[in-house]
Amino acid sequence: MSPRIVHIARNTFREAVRDRVLYNLIAFALLLSGAAIFVGQISIDIERLVVVNLGLTAVSLFGVVIAIFIGIGLVSKEIEKRTLYTVLSRPVRRWEFIVGKFFGLAGTLVVNTFFMAIGVFGALLYVTHKFSRPDALILVALYFIILEFLIICSLALLFSSFSSPLLSAVFAFSLFVIGSFADDLRGFAGMAHGVTRWVATGAAYLVPNFSALNVISAVAHQQPMSSQLILQNTLYALFYTAMALSGAVLIFERRNLK
Amino acid sequence: MAAIEILGLEKTYMVGFWRKHPKRALQPLHLTVEEGEIFGFLGPNGAGKTTTLKMLMGLVFPTAGTARILGHDWTDPEVKAQIGFLPEQPYFYDYLTAHELLDYYGQLSGVPAKDRKRRIEEVLNRVGLTDIKGVQLRKFSKGMLQRAGIAQAILHNPKLVFFDEPMSGLDPLGRREVRDLMEQLKQEGKTVFFSTHILSDAEALCDRVAIIHKGELRGVGRVEDLTATVQGKVEVIWQGTQIPASMKALGAECHVTGDTVRAVIPENQQDAAIDALRRERIRLIALTPLRTSLEAYFVEKLQTTPTQNAAGKTVGAV
Amino acid sequence: MMGLMMTMNARQRTTVIAAVSLAVSMTASVLLLRHIDRMRPQASIEDVLYINSPKMVKRASLGFDGLMACIYWTRTVQYFGHRHFEYAHTYNELAPLLEITTTLDPHMLPAYQFGASFLAPRPPGGAGQPERAIHLMEYGIENNPDNWQLYYNLGFVYYTELKNYRKASEVFDRGSKVPNAHPFMKIMAAQMAMHAGDFATARMLWSATYETAREGTIRQNAVEHLRAVQVDEDVTHLEGLVTQFRERSGRVPASMAELVAAEHLRGAPVDPDGDAYKLTSDGRVLIENPDDFPFITKGLPPGYKAAPPKFHKHS
Repeated sequence: MSPRIVHIARNTFREAVRDRVLYNLIAFALLLSGAAIFVGQISIDIERLVVVNLGLTAVSLFGVVIAIFIGIGLVSKEIEKRTLYTVLSRPVRRWEFIVGKFFGLAGTLVVNTFFMAIGVFGALLYVTHKFSRPDALILVALYFIILEFLIICSLALLFSSFSSPLLSAVFAFSLFVIGSFADDLRGFAGMAHGVTRWVATGAAYLVPNFSALNVISAVAHQQPMSSQLILQNTLYALFYTAMALSGAVLIFERRNLK
Repeated sequence: MAAIEILGLEKTYMVGFWRKHPKRALQPLHLTVEEGEIFGFLGPNGAGKTTTLKMLMGLVFPTAGTARILGHDWTDPEVKAQIGFLPEQPYFYDYLTAHELLDYYGQLSGVPAKDRKRRIEEVLNRVGLTDIKGVQLRKFSKGMLQRAGIAQAILHNPKLVFFDEPMSGLDPLGRREVRDLMEQLKQEGKTVFFSTHILSDAEALCDRVAIIHKGELRGVGRVEDLTATVQGKVEVIWQGTQIPASMKALGAECHVTGDTVRAVIPENQQDAAIDALRRERIRLIALTPLRTSLEAYFVEKLQTTPTQNAAGKTVGAV
Repeated sequence: MMGLMMTMNARQRTTVIAAVSLAVSMTASVLLLRHIDRMRPQASIEDVLYINSPKMVKRASLGFDGLMACIYWTRTVQYFGHRHFEYAHTYNELAPLLEITTTLDPHMLPAYQFGASFLAPRPPGGAGQPERAIHLMEYGIENNPDNWQLYYNLGFVYYTELKNYRKASEVFDRGSKVPNAHPFMKIMAAQMAMHAGDFATARMLWSATYETAREGTIRQNAVEHLRAVQVDEDVTHLEGLVTQFRERSGRVPASMAELVAAEHLRGAPVDPDGDAYKLTSDGRVLIENPDDFPFITKGLPPGYKAAPPKFHKHS
């Protein structure tokens, strides 16, 4: 991996931190502590369910929002502000710029998720007073959430490479929502006929499949996950991310900067 | 070896709602810049100077034409390690300090880690940015930002430096410092290519200049040649507003400005002119060989049409 | 290839690599997704497994009830279709799915019809929960009082599964009083009252279901029932003829051909598939392929165990 990519990634991370992004952790901590304490009034079984469901959903939503808000500006802001000029006049390839930005953003989210994970386990410990083996599944859910983040980051970056921040936010958010119902979309496509069917099926397979990666309910109910499924989902997320990034590179390579 | 060879670079934008109307930002440009010279790229605002620079930097893609930089294809990423670029009104990551910015740029330019710290200090000193440790760039004044911009352009000791309007935003002292710096760069054997619309700077600094207007090259040449002495004429300046009759008889063109008079007379009459002033007890202020100014050349080139300028496309005096 | 790559400049190389990468990763993603789908057949109803309270789902929908209703309806159809195909013996999620769908959108009429057709019958034809079906229909009627078809659905359940002909008649009667009710509601009410057990009544009911249903599974189900009615009717008729023959000649006919000749039938009697009915040595009439006719109650060989139903593709 070219050292330039690492430098760009580190700088992107630094920018996010100085943009006070990590302050979201405070809001998250407050939310989760409040919930844990509130829920402590109810019976044991539901406590755990609420903490896991709420905690993981918050990790997912906070992260998606951060990914989109930072992601949409990653390229467009640099073009707008012309900070790119002095970067691209150096031996930095355009594709290195895109890949570096991606890793910087993804890294920010991983760090963020790490702290949030501590929060979730902390809250869980508070309400159940001890961990049990199935709690390890929460790690699987967190892993899948990180896979989701990789996809969202790459999509936000893709849109940022050609579209204004506002439009990028709309596209990215729409894809997140649609992707969460990807299973149903494929169901709809299956029930359609003719041309609509082909178009719908095409769309249904191109939309990011977040419904497969959303295992929060299953984990809350302590359902085990097959390692095959984990592997397939990992590969899917990696390929999808690669696809979006390739698109971003293709677009950015040909862009005339104003 | 030529530092820069521009071989027919041209740029046409498609504008309008349906992107149907072509707008020619730059006609096919042919230009060569030799190593070790300070080259001025002159023209009014909107002439195509920045477009040319952006194409050379790979920020904008030409509609046609190629270029070579230091002997390499201009799109070769490796050659960028040997060039520096200061854009017009530069913006930098304002959440970084100058040290951090230069460190980042140094990393991207491939300056080895062990040299970076030292180079950064050197270069900040050189541009006159001291006592700014820990200050984020968002707090810099325009002049300070310009200096930081110059710093990042020369940080990695490039052989060829591109400056786009380097004097903008600087006070007279700052401009003097930048001029000195550019001279120093030339002493170090570097090539400097800078664009400006301030002719006095160009006249003072450049070895050669090119003039561009409305996307078209109007003239190229050595500054010396373009501001050569006008054969056989001298300029006389004296105190007062009086014009002696004898002066008029010599065929002088006289202009009164404030409380001095400026006159142009044939060279072989200069003794007679001095005598005329002494007789009238008028105080002589200056007597110099007349040179055309770069400004005059500039204005002339701007006014002539392209066909009249056909000869101006090649290197040489006009 | 490498030679070609060498002659390109950096930018062209990057473009080619990125384009190839795009194509490859897109293909890989789609293939992986299909594979993942196959591994997760219960995917779309996972939610229902964990949140099966309609009220909770409604709250979680954040006001987008209509859209969620559509989504749950799609899931219901897929769920049932998938399990039906696999000859499942339980359909535990069907009732919650339908209840959620109709809570989110009480006016989703196809859901009620689906419930009537498939909640009440016994597995593997349905979920075997006629009481929940009735509950669902009555909820539907409450929310859509001007719709006569809901009464039809309710009466349908009483008739087919619960065999409560009196109640069925009552319901058809109530339904016939709804403005714009189809005229046959009154006819059905009467039929239920007097000739509940008749083949004609059954045929009328299933034909009506077939005509009014738009959803594919329901129509197919109606077709199978109509075929069954036909077979039951044929077998009853034929066995009646055998009895007549026996009374006249004191013995069972030696073959179907003899019966045909003796009773002046037009030709060898065939079932709806075109196969001839068989006559056993003890005078019973049997159908050639009982497996092709789910829902028949006559013409089955002794000790016949119903195989998982095979559904024919009739339009």
